[in-house]
Amino acid sequence: MAAPLCALASRTQRSARAELAQRLAGSLTPSLARGQAGVGRRWCGDAARQKSTHFGFQTVPEGEKAARVYKVFESVAGRYDLMNDAMSLGIHRLWKDALLRVMNPQPGLRLLDAAGGTGDISFRFMAYTRSVHEQKLRRRARSNQTPSWQDITASYSSEGAGPPQSRAVVCDINKEMLKVGKGRAEEAGITTGVSWVVGDAEELPFDEDQFDVYTIAFGIRNVTHVEQALQEAFRVLKPGGRFLCLEFSQVSTPLLSKLYDAYSFQVIPVLGEVIAGDWKSYQYLVESIRRFPNQETFKGMIEEAGFARVQYINLTGGICAIHSAFKL
Amino acid sequence: MCSVLSRARRWAFAFHVLTRQQHTAWESDHHGRLYTGHIQTSPVQKALLAVGSGIAALQNPYRHDMVAVLGETTGHLALVKLRNRMRNNPEGYTILIERPRIQLSTLDLSWMSALPDGSLGREYLCFLEKNKVTPDTRANVKFVDDEELAYVMQRYREVHDLLHTLLGMPTNMLGEVAVKMFEAAQTGLPMCILGAILGPLRLSTSRLQKLTTSLGPWALHSGIHSRCVLSVFYERRWEQNLEDLREELNIEPPPFTLPANSKRPS
Repeated sequence: MAAPLCALASRTQRSARAELAQRLAGSLTPSLARGQAGVGRRWCGDAARQKSTHFGFQTVPEGEKAARVYKVFESVAGRYDLMNDAMSLGIHRLWKDALLRVMNPQPGLRLLDAAGGTGDISFRFMAYTRSVHEQKLRRRARSNQTPSWQDITASYSSEGAGPPQSRAVVCDINKEMLKVGKGRAEEAGITTGVSWVVGDAEELPFDEDQFDVYTIAFGIRNVTHVEQALQEAFRVLKPGGRFLCLEFSQVSTPLLSKLYDAYSFQVIPVLGEVIAGDWKSYQYLVESIRRFPNQETFKGMIEEAGFARVQYINLTGGICAIHSAFKL
Repeated sequence: MCSVLSRARRWAFAFHVLTRQQHTAWESDHHGRLYTGHIQTSPVQKALLAVGSGIAALQNPYRHDMVAVLGETTGHLALVKLRNRMRNNPEGYTILIERPRIQLSTLDLSWMSALPDGSLGREYLCFLEKNKVTPDTRANVKFVDDEELAYVMQRYREVHDLLHTLLGMPTNMLGEVAVKMFEAAQTGLPMCILGAILGPLRLSTSRLQKLTTSLGPWALHSGIHSRCVLSVFYERRWEQNLEDLREELNIEPPPFTLPANSKRPS
């Protein structure tokens, strides 16, 4: 990009300008370095824990990352779905539909939608299982055109049982996102089957062996300790349960990669400023995508957590990838 | 420059501009900040911001942050001219050095309300009260890539309310359009010019008539002939009589007084 003016200025000029800039503002925002030092001083007694991690392209103490991510999503929650449509030109819906097709859930399953936010995956899950169930009924009806009276009696008794109830639990660390999701559920008229739980993907508020499917869509890159989230996923899944992760990944072709980078860094923060009035949150989002490990590395991490049969599928040239694994 | 390059090389250049390394780690650590709240932007981003904020502001004129962004991304030349004008004026030069800010925290409200009627400070407070505005709602400058110009922009925003007092205009649509026309004539900021042209489209016919027949010409005339309003150190002139200040700045009193705003558009 065009060499920033500050890079051309000498260091002394910059510090003089910085002083003037401080007088310019009524309130001072501590620079990242000073904030880091402040946190470091507080954690002085525990040198071992003073590790740092990445927050987009910034480096922050580990303890700070979760709070900063929380603030990002708190501020974007209201416009989250609108921004997703604007940034991906609606393609994110196709990605999520692809995830459901890979999952191919049968009615009666229990889903944990981790980092579920506004509930996109859970709503699709409920709709998918409902349509699978309806298809089954239609097929049964078609093949049963002339039932005998014994068949009719049998169908009366089974009708009372009703369809096997699929259940989805949306778990997210951010209350604002869950609020938006609940509002969407009410508008769509989805009253049964979906529950909304506040929880940290690194420390899930569920017992082990609870869920048939665990999904995390566009959420795992925001987690501070990805390995811990994977271990938690392993813990709460039933034996035979399936782990599915939909996440931005590395683009395979260099040409597409350049265009994608240009689009991400030039257009997306601008969209964030114009539509949501928030440049910095969307700058963080595009930077965090670059920081996330690529498909093969992430596959290795999933295997480390104890999963078997790990596979990945690239979507849209590698812009997204679906990682799938089983707890055996 | 583009006329010299062949078409293929122009395309190659454009592609290169868009796709060369988008960032460096140092930039991201400091975000290339020149002042608090500064966000470093490339020319492509500025162009996109200008277009996007223009559309957003037209769709919803109450999105003041979008009007602000439009002003910042399109106003570079005008800001340079304004800054030079300020530098050439002794009072303006003092302002550029001392960088005063008009915020509730820096104003001594009890002292100002005790000032005599007709003084600048008293009339300013009355204006704030009647129209139910506060100087703290102005957005901070984000996209201006020069620290001094960013201050000039911020000063322009903070002086806007004082301009209302100086011109005697309320904060309804008609008053705002009149002030925008004055500012457009004075500063030449593209955002002001755009506002002065498009603002009247939202007025009722009777108000539009008032604007075109008396208010508009008066605002433009005052804007062209008056002294640079950004070069006035208002913080040291609170006790000065408003009429005296108007005379000093060469601003004629308004052709008629408009009623104070009953419903606030902003």
